[in-house]
Amino acid sequence: MEQRITPPSKFSLGFAELWQYRELFYFFTWRDIKVKYKQTFLGFAWAVLQPFIMMVIFSIFFGKALNVPSDGIPYPLFAFSGLMLWNVFSSGLSGAGNSMVSNANIIKKIYFPRLIIPMSAILVAVFDFFMAFIVYIGLVLYYDYSLSIKLLYLLPISLILTIIASFGPGSLIAAMNVKYRDFRYLLPFIIQVGLFVTPVIYPISMLGDKPWLTKLLAVNPMYAPISLIRNALVDKPLDLNMIGISVVSGLLFLVIGIYYFRKTEGYFADLA
Amino acid sequence: MKPIIEVKNISKEYRRGAQKEQYLSLRDQVFKSFNPSRKKETFMALEDISFEVYPGDSLAIIGKNGAGKSTLLKILSRITPPTKGEIILRGRLASLLEVGTGFHPELTGRENVFLNGSILGLGRAEINRQFDAIVDFSGVGPFLDTPLKHYSSGMQLRLAFAVAAHLEPEILVIDEVLAVGDSAFQQKCIEKMTEVSKSGRTILFVSHNMQAVRNLCETGILLENGIMSQKGKIDDIISSYHNDLIKSESVTRLDNIESRKGKGHLIFQKILIPNQINKPGEKIKLGLQLKTIVPGLYQNLDFGVAIKDFLNNTLIHVSNKYISYEIDHQNDSDIYWFEIENDLKSGNYSLTLFIRASDEIEDWISDKIFIEIGEGNSYGYSNTDEIQGMIQPGFNFYLNYHGK
Repeated sequence: MEQRITPPSKFSLGFAELWQYRELFYFFTWRDIKVKYKQTFLGFAWAVLQPFIMMVIFSIFFGKALNVPSDGIPYPLFAFSGLMLWNVFSSGLSGAGNSMVSNANIIKKIYFPRLIIPMSAILVAVFDFFMAFIVYIGLVLYYDYSLSIKLLYLLPISLILTIIASFGPGSLIAAMNVKYRDFRYLLPFIIQVGLFVTPVIYPISMLGDKPWLTKLLAVNPMYAPISLIRNALVDKPLDLNMIGISVVSGLLFLVIGIYYFRKTEGYFADLA
Repeated sequence: MKPIIEVKNISKEYRRGAQKEQYLSLRDQVFKSFNPSRKKETFMALEDISFEVYPGDSLAIIGKNGAGKSTLLKILSRITPPTKGEIILRGRLASLLEVGTGFHPELTGRENVFLNGSILGLGRAEINRQFDAIVDFSGVGPFLDTPLKHYSSGMQLRLAFAVAAHLEPEILVIDEVLAVGDSAFQQKCIEKMTEVSKSGRTILFVSHNMQAVRNLCETGILLENGIMSQKGKIDDIISSYHNDLIKSESVTRLDNIESRKGKGHLIFQKILIPNQINKPGEKIKLGLQLKTIVPGLYQNLDFGVAIKDFLNNTLIHVSNKYISYEIDHQNDSDIYWFEIENDLKSGNYSLTLFIRASDEIEDWISDKIFIEIGEGNSYGYSNTDEIQGMIQPGFNFYLNYHGK
């Protein structure tokens, strides 16, 4: 085994190295999940309770009181399907965004591919998703929908799109946060605004009379996964144009995020 | 045979101040871009370092504080990249400056062994294989399923060291860790270290403890202000290091030390140690200079200096208060001097400094400054090793004397 240590030069994704260190993904994710629910009375139930309570609240205020339409799906189911993916994004993004700073003591002492840290933060959020997904299945059955084949392939696609959507901005913010701690304060704000510009609790059809606005909202990388998972329940054609815009935007963020992260990671230990 | 470590023309440049103003904010960056006249000041932490280490060698890296030892180790362990040059490693490198890295207080001892092991580069299978040996070595067996936060700091350290000691890398980097732990455990560590070096593995050792360096290493390099001034046999290196220390009155900056306690309105700026190595029996002289961070009146100063051995026993604790010397702070250019009688055995000692003004602790620095009492003894006895006492006070001896 021969290693070369040189000044940072040309860009590479470092995929071979990530593979070599693959066990660390498991350990960081495992640590964060353990720590997250340690000394809590309800434990993993929190992963289910959080989106469930949010769903109940949104159903009361938006579904019942304000009569927000929900594309023909019962509003609680509509909201929950959006929320379970949105939670992956929001907790993944905030976990990843703060991950380099909160793991500074490790970064300053040991070398390993740095990308593992924000990636593991997102895997923690994915773990929570699987817990919430059990509730989703329950809701689908409760509202007399069948578990279609469509769900079987739309679920993994929308989950992967959600991971991409969180990992791009997540790694970008993680890297910028090391240098500019402003992002620690910006992050909750970005997520809060995100909830309103993503059709999580309202359908995009609500804005049907303003095509420019719908197009603009499709730039949001989270638009595609949420529309896809909801499409599993209804027999409507997908607006592939809109999905396409959202997917391309997510991939673009992913490239920018990873590129910036890889370019600056050499100096994390000096700045963190 | 190819060298296991090849260091070729390594340089590392830091921006001055980058270390201090750790928190950059966007606002700073924006203001800077409006003020292009401010030039970036840089300094070379390491300049053109080249050396080779062959498998099985133990190399000591020696130098004063700030000479670049830690930077060199950081580059070797890939924590920070070099600015110029290249290093080729032909084996896995693990460093004991990583002891306990990634330990999480909420997780149990058992969980931490796995977490820490994997962060340090052990596979899960390897940890499983070594698990019993690690637990055995650490001696915390009964508490394995207790969260780490309930461990004493000694237990945490032992567990951490036990994991590190079982890494079995081809290249082991040791940075001053021998200075911690209780003595029985320390003995265990030294045994482990010797075992590692005998087993033909390569060791890089950074320490201020020349006794330990001499026992563990055959060759060394000497760093001075980022430049490698000498490499060769360990005895030659140690003696030029000593000559270097003796001839230079050492002034160490204290205002850039990060880990410190106290209010911080009035802090230590510099410490002057005229004799970096004191002869046994020779008075220890220390000069302290203060720096006013928040302007104000600082009255009734209380300077405390504690001298501790490597087991963390406080051997000496002096203060101007004890001899009723009342003094107020006048000027940042003043130097406050201690002259301390010295009965200490030869060896390395660490200093704890603190300053109180009007009964409030302003600044507190510990385990960052080291002094050395040189070899020999104050009695002039030929076989120093025979003298066991940590303290070697002057004494008399009489025949048929009745205490008069």
